[in-house]
Amino acid sequence: MAGLATKRKKTGALVLLIIGFVLLPQVIPSYQLVLLESGLCFAILGLGFNLLLRYTGLLSFGHGAYFAAGAYAVGMIGRYAPELYRMEVLIPAAIVFSAILAAIFGFVCVRHTRIFFSILTLALSMLVFATLVKLYYVTGGSDGIRVGIPPVLGHAFKGMRRPQFLEGFYYYFLLGWVIVSVAFMYLLVRSPFGKAIQAVRDNEIRAEMIGIRVKRFRWWAFLVSGAYAGLAGGLWSFVNGHVTPELAHWVFSGEVVYMTLLGGFKSFAGPIVGAIVFTFLKLYAVSGTEYWMLIIGITLIGIVLLLPGGLVGGLVILLERAKARAPWRS
Amino acid sequence: MLVVRNLVKDFGKMRAVNRVSFQIKEGEVVSLVGPNGAGKTTLVNLISGHIMPDEGEIIFMERNITRFPPHKRIKMGIARNFQITQLFPELTVLDNVRNCVFSIRGLIGQFFKPSDNYEEVTSRAREILRRFHLDHLEGELPANLSEGDKKVLDIAMAYALESRLLLLDEPTSGVATSDKFKIMETIVKAIDRSKMAAMIVEHDMDIVFDYTDRVLVLREGTIMADGVPRQVMEEPEVRATLFGIGA
Repeated sequence: MAGLATKRKKTGALVLLIIGFVLLPQVIPSYQLVLLESGLCFAILGLGFNLLLRYTGLLSFGHGAYFAAGAYAVGMIGRYAPELYRMEVLIPAAIVFSAILAAIFGFVCVRHTRIFFSILTLALSMLVFATLVKLYYVTGGSDGIRVGIPPVLGHAFKGMRRPQFLEGFYYYFLLGWVIVSVAFMYLLVRSPFGKAIQAVRDNEIRAEMIGIRVKRFRWWAFLVSGAYAGLAGGLWSFVNGHVTPELAHWVFSGEVVYMTLLGGFKSFAGPIVGAIVFTFLKLYAVSGTEYWMLIIGITLIGIVLLLPGGLVGGLVILLERAKARAPWRS
Repeated sequence: MLVVRNLVKDFGKMRAVNRVSFQIKEGEVVSLVGPNGAGKTTLVNLISGHIMPDEGEIIFMERNITRFPPHKRIKMGIARNFQITQLFPELTVLDNVRNCVFSIRGLIGQFFKPSDNYEEVTSRAREILRRFHLDHLEGELPANLSEGDKKVLDIAMAYALESRLLLLDEPTSGVATSDKFKIMETIVKAIDRSKMAAMIVEHDMDIVFDYTDRVLVLREGTIMADGVPRQVMEEPEVRATLFGIGA
């Protein structure tokens, strides 16, 4: 009965949260909304990243590559196949393109763990970065590629400026993708597959000896994680309106690690919270001071030392303490 | 059920298993004894597919499985535990066992339904936990279990793989004397002799005498005796090897 009540409470809170997000465009200024949209894209990226870190025990330092793959899939279709430049083609293309890249890179990376895995992912992402920079005539080099507003189900947003597009239809479109991504990931990590990758994370030898094909399961986790990053990249490209090779650079991959740690990689919601907070934190730090990197660095040190469970972990501790001290308990 | 022929395993210049041959029949519980470094665990590792032999053959259920990877052997019915307990520390006791049931039923790759919603698998996992007297601990993490319970969980996981041949590597080591026999009683009761066989690596001679039908004595990677425990233990050479007396 207590379990059922908790479940109802959680469902109620979730419904309220979704309603809150739906109503948000009426409440916050458009600039903040666009910033939030970036944060939501990074939330999908963080969810995918954490499938590897939290649930498979693999720290990727190259997730920017798959994010870039998704974003460039959109940009390249716009450039080389404009007749296909439709939202219903672009988002699946972003997912498929990044999943293919993750499948290939994952084949190499999942044969290793710990530092070797991290370094390999980093090296491969820098390979993508170098390719994007050097193949100037194909990828636009360091100038990148402009991403226009695509038609959706035959409806072209003619004459609409990007801010209008982002404040209106696109916000709800993106929110829909966030909800689907969160729901799918929630199911995935609780499914037999999710439990199997956690078993692999916990004890590779035992996992093998209960019949789990360790490398294959790691590879699947890598592929799903990469596809999430690609989806995030594809969705983000419309928010930013421009894609550049920096997305595949290790610095951006480092930011993915940062936002996940900030929110708390040990909780399911951690990367979502971390991604949104990081987006705002970074922007305000950048606009507030030239020493913004110092703020980011100090925050990271603070999180690691004082809140190893991240913001969500800290919040859970606070709530538990408040619950323990609540007068109705005595 | 199991035929091992001329099995050889070298680690560098050291020969850990040296032309070992033996058979295990259906329904048999065989103990494997020998001094430290005799090659007992290596033999278990070879049969379970954890490592591959350099020479020789392993035939199980009339199929040559010498080069089969572990997951294929598990599907065929070979399961094992570990001398040092090997669990999934961040998964609950129930999930530790349930993962094994998912694996053997070919459901481990399913990803669209939470584990809890697989009622038949969950009830099978709970039944196994009951059989091994761990049902009251199903929501606990392994870190909260006593050493004895960890050992039993480790064995229950091997059992959950619906094996025909259970390889138990020192199932009672590191456990209080009072718990040893309780663990062995649970194992012996769980083994269905009409379908299963077991090979138990053991140092405790009381357990060898009380619970096993046959004993294989291993010394420096070679089988030096094979027979009924009480008779084998009468042999002076065996006594000298195992206890350092009577040679």
